[in-house]
Amino acid sequence: MLVYTGKRIVLALLVAVTVSFISFMILNLSGDPAIALAGADATPEEIKFVREKYGLDRPILVQYIEWAGRAIQGNFGESPYFNQPVKDIIGDRIGVTLILGLCAFLFAVCLAIPLGVIAAIRPNTWIDRTALTISVFGQAMPNFFFGLILIIVFGVILRWLPISGGESWRHFIMPAIALGYYGSPALMRLTRTGMMEVLASDYIRTARSKGLRPGPVLFKHALRNAIIPVVSLAFVLFGYMLGGAFVIEYVFAVNGVGFLAVRSIERADLPVVQAIILLLSFIYVTMTLLSDILNAYLDPRIRVK
Amino acid sequence: MSALLKVRDLHVDIPLAAGVLHAVRGVDFSVDRGQTLSLVGESGCGKSLSVLAVMNLLPKKATWHANTIAFDGQELDGVSEWQMANIRGSKMAMIFQEPMTALNPCYTIGNQLEEALLRHQPVSRNKARDRAVYLLEKVGITAADSRLKQYPHQLSGGLRQRVMIAMGLMCGPPLIIADEPTTALDVTIQAQILALLASLQKEFDMGMILITHDLGVVARMADSVAVMYCGQVVETGRAIELFENPLHPYTQGLLRCIPVPGKTKPGEHLGSIPGIVPTPIGEQTGCVFQNRCSYVTDDCTSAKIGLARISAGRAYRCLLRPKVSQKNMSESQAI
Amino acid sequence: MNTEISVPFKDISFPTPRQMTLRQARRHKGFLLGSSVLLLIIIMALLAPLLAPHDPYDQNLSKRLTPPVWHAKGTWDHPLGTDNLGRDYLSRLMYGARISLIIGVAAMLISGVIGTTMGVLAGFFGGRVDMVVNAMITTRLALPIMLVALAVVALVGGSLQIVVLVLGLMIWNRFALVMRASTQQLRSMDYVSAAKAAGCSTPRIILTEVMPNIMNNLIVVATLEITRAILIEASLSFLGMGVQPPLPSWGLMVAEAKGFMLFSPWMIAIPGAAIFILVLSINLLGDGIRDITAPEGRS
Repeated sequence: MLVYTGKRIVLALLVAVTVSFISFMILNLSGDPAIALAGADATPEEIKFVREKYGLDRPILVQYIEWAGRAIQGNFGESPYFNQPVKDIIGDRIGVTLILGLCAFLFAVCLAIPLGVIAAIRPNTWIDRTALTISVFGQAMPNFFFGLILIIVFGVILRWLPISGGESWRHFIMPAIALGYYGSPALMRLTRTGMMEVLASDYIRTARSKGLRPGPVLFKHALRNAIIPVVSLAFVLFGYMLGGAFVIEYVFAVNGVGFLAVRSIERADLPVVQAIILLLSFIYVTMTLLSDILNAYLDPRIRVK
Repeated sequence: MSALLKVRDLHVDIPLAAGVLHAVRGVDFSVDRGQTLSLVGESGCGKSLSVLAVMNLLPKKATWHANTIAFDGQELDGVSEWQMANIRGSKMAMIFQEPMTALNPCYTIGNQLEEALLRHQPVSRNKARDRAVYLLEKVGITAADSRLKQYPHQLSGGLRQRVMIAMGLMCGPPLIIADEPTTALDVTIQAQILALLASLQKEFDMGMILITHDLGVVARMADSVAVMYCGQVVETGRAIELFENPLHPYTQGLLRCIPVPGKTKPGEHLGSIPGIVPTPIGEQTGCVFQNRCSYVTDDCTSAKIGLARISAGRAYRCLLRPKVSQKNMSESQAI
Repeated sequence: MNTEISVPFKDISFPTPRQMTLRQARRHKGFLLGSSVLLLIIIMALLAPLLAPHDPYDQNLSKRLTPPVWHAKGTWDHPLGTDNLGRDYLSRLMYGARISLIIGVAAMLISGVIGTTMGVLAGFFGGRVDMVVNAMITTRLALPIMLVALAVVALVGGSLQIVVLVLGLMIWNRFALVMRASTQQLRSMDYVSAAKAAGCSTPRIILTEVMPNIMNNLIVVATLEITRAILIEASLSFLGMGVQPPLPSWGLMVAEAKGFMLFSPWMIAIPGAAIFILVLSINLLGDGIRDITAPEGRS
């Protein structure tokens, strides 16, 4: 178990380094960052000045190594737009994004897992069809459109909830639902198919042949097995939802990291964008790592050799 | 003395897109305490579904009905699932075919064994544990105490099947149903498991239903036999009588497929039954074996053929008894 | 001995696999609905110049923000109304279908070629190749794809070609994963070993033994990836960093309508619903194909 965990951590670190390298390269080679910074109508002198000021005239590899070296120490440079350390800018907003992500995640889990389980127990009933419809709609619905529908219905027409900002918990309800709904179909489908597979398995029949009641058969024997892949997916999904949160943050003007990312891209504030991409990758990699470890812990076939 | 389990006219239907699949069509059998009944037949003949129906463990899609399923004098047809669950495990237990998948991978052997007893009897976990250790030793597992903490994937197939047997015995049920308990195992292990089952059955004086497609196993283990074909019992009787004087052409065909030590000459062709089993979907008129039987007559395709009883517990489902058995006699004389 | 087999159940005929597939397809409601709606959208996109009542770029400020026809102030001249610049909404919607379909299909093709090649090679050869491909997939998954796409499109400048290219280069991960798993499964099959034993070359084995058998999975993944590309394009355009105005991208139409949310919510609803319906129909089609081609079917 320790060796397994160690291996996974090394692998995760390798992935994080590769991701940072690739994203650095993509961002810096997609266009001339100096022109982007100085603005489209800047004179050649201005561009040259910017290029020298931010060290953009040096070879890209040198720039990367320097950036990575500082990033390891938690220093992501300074934002040309804010004239502030990137770390502080992101630090101010990460809490909002994490709260939003967590609420969305809880919403997704509370919607998807019970529905998936019930759908698996009672296939081809109205509740199964409802679950299927919810998941099919969720997969086809562009999340910004769903967010706007929520705003129009609950914010504009019914006036139940505030439509933008993040001052109170009520501001988080609609963004969390919009973001969580986006993550729930995958979770629901996996729960349903996993549960159906488990319910048809030989050991469930064994459990029933012992005379166990439906309750213990379902919760002790079936759910315990079916939940293993779902837990894995849920962790990965959390990382994934944070990565996609910026559209929702933009729609609801929630002042989180995602909103900052969109604004920073518009402003060509590359150090901030770079740091956010790295941060999101890091969260994703950590989540995958946790999911692997938890998976091994939950599944005796991996845990006990 | 009345039978421990008596099944009369059991039907199992599975609705499919192409029509209703009549997997079991009016099956009768009974088992006495301390006796072994063997259900024999090829795959898909309905032998497993018959006993699953008795246990009320059929897959959700399948439905069953019967004239009588009497267990220890109690009628099981119409008993609620709630009451049935009280009987399962405590009064009749089942050992399944696939020891590799029949145990829950997420729980220890001990947990799954104890659970079988704790469900039915108000005993402490320690008592249940003692019982599990006792039975594991009984089924020939060494270091039973430490095995309890192991997970199924840490045991070999043979060991898992022994665990399954121990699990079936946890409540000391009067009836044990073994559904091809050795099919998935190595040949050497098969013999051990069968010997174990036979000795446990005698020791605990249980009734046993042994499902198999292996006539060699039947010859060694069974007191009585029911030969099944395409959802029907085509012949039944005491094992010795049935082996000595098979009455149904199908049984005869099956027996011809087995080499007999000292009688089958080296290089001699073993018998085979030509043709394929008819589809069990839809209704069928006449004899189920008509398309493969070498004695088939016009009557076989149209008449309704019931089980003809010739003595207590001896019956067969064929119109042509005199001709068939004569032919058989001449054949056995020829050997 | 009589070896002739008579079939006692004469009324049951056994259909060929193709007949079975067709029969199942005709019975599969999702498949039917998805394929017919998708067909309508494709026809609408192809025949947009013929069907569209107006030029999608024609501005008419005097008629700006005309509501759709079911509205009290709607007219049949503009069945779905006009936008804030007085452009006919129905015409823009029809031309917008072209953009979504082109981006979906083109990005899927690019990512399909990349991902399938990687997946099949990894699955077939295993070992080091597999390790490298696996590492690439893991890395790709760790990249927040939407954000990277957004940044690249913003930096390079948004155009149809750039969006297609960026998406195509980024969403190959599912192709690679699924193809890798399917090929791994196939690699150990007896008929692949048989082909090897018969001395077939590796490319030949991959093309004639492996590819035909992973085709069904490939098609299902392809439909999923088309919708993914369409949804990402819509999001990018919605954020103003995908396809650029005045192109009538549905995502862009929603973005332009956002400012008129309070008084003209239909402006958001129409293009949003269009994206939803397109993606839904392709998803239903994909699910249908999966159900129909799955060996055991789905009852």
